[in-house]
Amino acid sequence: MSVILILIIASVLMATLFLLGFIWSVRSGQYEDTTTPSLRVLMDGEGDSRAPDKAAAKSTREKISN
Amino acid sequence: MFCCNGCLIVHDLLTETGLGHYYDLRRHPGSRIQKKAASEQWTYLDEPVLLQRLLDFTDGRQSRVTFHLPAIHCIACVWLLENLFRLHPGIGRVQVNFARRDAAITFAPDKVKLSELVALLASIGYEPTLTFDELEKAKASPVHKRAWLQIGVAGFAFGNIMLFSIPQYFGLDAQHGAAFKTMFGGASLALALPVVIFSAADYWKSALLALRQRMLTLDVPIALGLAAIYGQSVYEIVVRTGEGYCDSLTGLIFFLLCGRMFQAKTNDRMAFDRDYKSFFPLSVTRRSLAESEERVALSQLRIGDRIIIRNGELIPADAKLISGPAFIDYSFVTGESEPVEKKAGEHLYAGGQQIGGAIEVETVKAVSQSYLTSLWNHETFRKERDDNLNTLTNRYSRRFTLIVIGIAVAAAAFWMLAGNLPRGIKAFTSVLIVACPCALALAAPFTLGTAQRWLAQGKVFLKNALVLERFARVDAIVFDKTGTLTSAGANAVNFNGKELSQAEQGWIFSLTRHSTHPHSVRISESFGGKFFPEPVRSFLETPGCGIEGQVNGQEIWIGSQAWLGSRGAKPANTELPAIGSVAHVAIGGCYRGAFILSSSLRPETGQLIRRLGGRYELVLLSGDNERERERFGELFGTSANLNFNQSPLDKLGFIRGLQDSGRTVMMVGDGLNDAGALKQADVGVAVVEKIGAFSPASDVILDAVRVPQLFEILTLARQCARIVRTGFVISSLYNLVGVSIAAAGLLSPLTCAVLMPLSSASVVVFACGMATFAVRRSFGVRWQSEATAPLTLTPEDGQSGGALRFPPQSKMETAS
Repeated sequence: MSVILILIIASVLMATLFLLGFIWSVRSGQYEDTTTPSLRVLMDGEGDSRAPDKAAAKSTREKISN
Repeated sequence: MFCCNGCLIVHDLLTETGLGHYYDLRRHPGSRIQKKAASEQWTYLDEPVLLQRLLDFTDGRQSRVTFHLPAIHCIACVWLLENLFRLHPGIGRVQVNFARRDAAITFAPDKVKLSELVALLASIGYEPTLTFDELEKAKASPVHKRAWLQIGVAGFAFGNIMLFSIPQYFGLDAQHGAAFKTMFGGASLALALPVVIFSAADYWKSALLALRQRMLTLDVPIALGLAAIYGQSVYEIVVRTGEGYCDSLTGLIFFLLCGRMFQAKTNDRMAFDRDYKSFFPLSVTRRSLAESEERVALSQLRIGDRIIIRNGELIPADAKLISGPAFIDYSFVTGESEPVEKKAGEHLYAGGQQIGGAIEVETVKAVSQSYLTSLWNHETFRKERDDNLNTLTNRYSRRFTLIVIGIAVAAAAFWMLAGNLPRGIKAFTSVLIVACPCALALAAPFTLGTAQRWLAQGKVFLKNALVLERFARVDAIVFDKTGTLTSAGANAVNFNGKELSQAEQGWIFSLTRHSTHPHSVRISESFGGKFFPEPVRSFLETPGCGIEGQVNGQEIWIGSQAWLGSRGAKPANTELPAIGSVAHVAIGGCYRGAFILSSSLRPETGQLIRRLGGRYELVLLSGDNERERERFGELFGTSANLNFNQSPLDKLGFIRGLQDSGRTVMMVGDGLNDAGALKQADVGVAVVEKIGAFSPASDVILDAVRVPQLFEILTLARQCARIVRTGFVISSLYNLVGVSIAAAGLLSPLTCAVLMPLSSASVVVFACGMATFAVRRSFGVRWQSEATAPLTLTPEDGQSGGALRFPPQSKMETAS
């Protein structure tokens, strides 16, 4: 009998954890914009190994400062 | 080739930081030109008063501002904006909301001023929309947050209580004694409590409100049912006679909240309640006494200030013209399709757009008291229409509630008279429980919500799902002319006379592109880049007469008939169609013919009017003069109600008159001059050439390409109303079965737990399925293919900005 009791308490605790996770995700605004994150994952991070191109960097700065 | 400056800069940045392989993955041809922005143009933004209203937050070292950047249209834009910190050390985190095209930018005000930030954004092609109402708009509040939390809590409790209830459904507790029964009951009650208090809070509130106003909305029987269920459950569990209905209760609230969420989804990237403030710019060029020009915020504009209005700019307040030949385009304010010529000293109304060179004006009224803005002081704009009282659901629920309470009382009375009081009480609460109109409450949200989603994919945006119900009741349709039935920008330019050779057309194009007179611009645009401009010699523009010049050795005159006549170039016959404006042409001193500039009807308009005419009363209200009466008389039929020279207030009054005679009126219009009528009408449909461009306050925003399909949209609305009614019948049948069991006093938690989700689910499936079917049948495969296309926005999409729907300035500049 007490096994069932422990199982029930465990299951409710688990569910409560999920509920808290859900509340956190809503509070932190994850449901407000569902479009942009789906685009953001498609963007590469900083990991590509190509060498930085200093000349192009300069040309960009000039373009922007103009 | 890059689709925008953003992509170009992204390219450079990517190469710079070694991420060039992005372009192996994605190629995007296209081109877009953005003029350079001078930082001084924005200095007015650094005024403390403006700063305070624009910034979301500041602590002196860090500030955050949210800008609407209509140019955001692709993934590269998001990438570039979120990497803005690489371009300036003073910029911190940037977060883009693609759907709303907003960017929240954190920056250090001591390192970068707001004006510099805006200049930087403008220089990379993302000029923020800075309109007058941005200042007054309350920042978007997270309305949905609470709704999501309510659903989460209800779902959590629902799932767990179901687990507790399963042993009871199968009678397992019989083997293991009553201890479990009590424990499960207590746990269910405890879990259901937050659902009843927090998740269902809106139902208690709105039921109370409805009772106080002596209305029987659907929330009344829902709240009654919920209270009965929880009360009965508490009673049964406390006195240990049963196991309660907590599973049904939480499930019911969960489904109800889901339905509410489904309907609550609005097209929040569309602005349905714009008024003149979003039409006006944030700043104007003021000429101070020292003859120097400065940009000042519109709110700082005083009576008597002299301001410079350039080509394409708006007159922000009623003013007197000081200098410069003014061609004022009032089409957006009055519906007048032709620009008006004004002379120095004449009065100019706010909202007009200058076409041609820069003019100087002196303001005579404050911005908030000008002719244009006075429309918004009208009472129509002060009252909010209450959408919720006369819906299909509420009309149905009035009868429903009375019947349910009647049955409950009758059942209780019957058993009491039979001498069985406990059974009487049980029957009473059971009826209330089982009749809780969950399925009924879901029929409308899911039908209308589904239709709304499909329509939005077809570029018909409804303010909320309830608009569809009002759509279905429409029996009179009022059309605006300019910009609605006729297309505003692309006017038809026809040549009347002996056909021009290719070479001659090229000469005329070369000459007209040098003039900023609206007629010249329209003629040169009508050639649509077919020709390469040739050099023009001795170009001369005589105001009020015409233009002349030598192209390829040929003397060309274009202008009024009188002016050409005075130079000896007279037409052979003077017969010309009465519609539109005319520009006469002479080449080498010989009269050649005339360009007729007329507004052109949208395609399939005739067919639309014929089809609508069979079912609805049609009216035309135009701010334009009567010169096209004959043409529209043919279109609408001889007995049609055509009204010209209507002021914005006339239009509003006309609609009110129709409504007073018992009509449900739909107004289809586009301009600020229709704003009053759109607001007053039962359904206001604003037609826009570009999604995201300015549209006056309305219930529906309709892409101009969908105007010919208005008939189908109206038919769809009627079908949806029919589907909702059928949904009511289905859910009533379920209630009938449930109520007959309950009235007999035989309701068990298991019946309840099966019947309630079953009725809800079948109504939801029916509603969504039928609505989707109706949309497909109305609009066919064409719509479907567009709907399944991924979210891509064409480069031009956000181009025009939130405030102006006029052609971009650059077009004019190339012509001058």
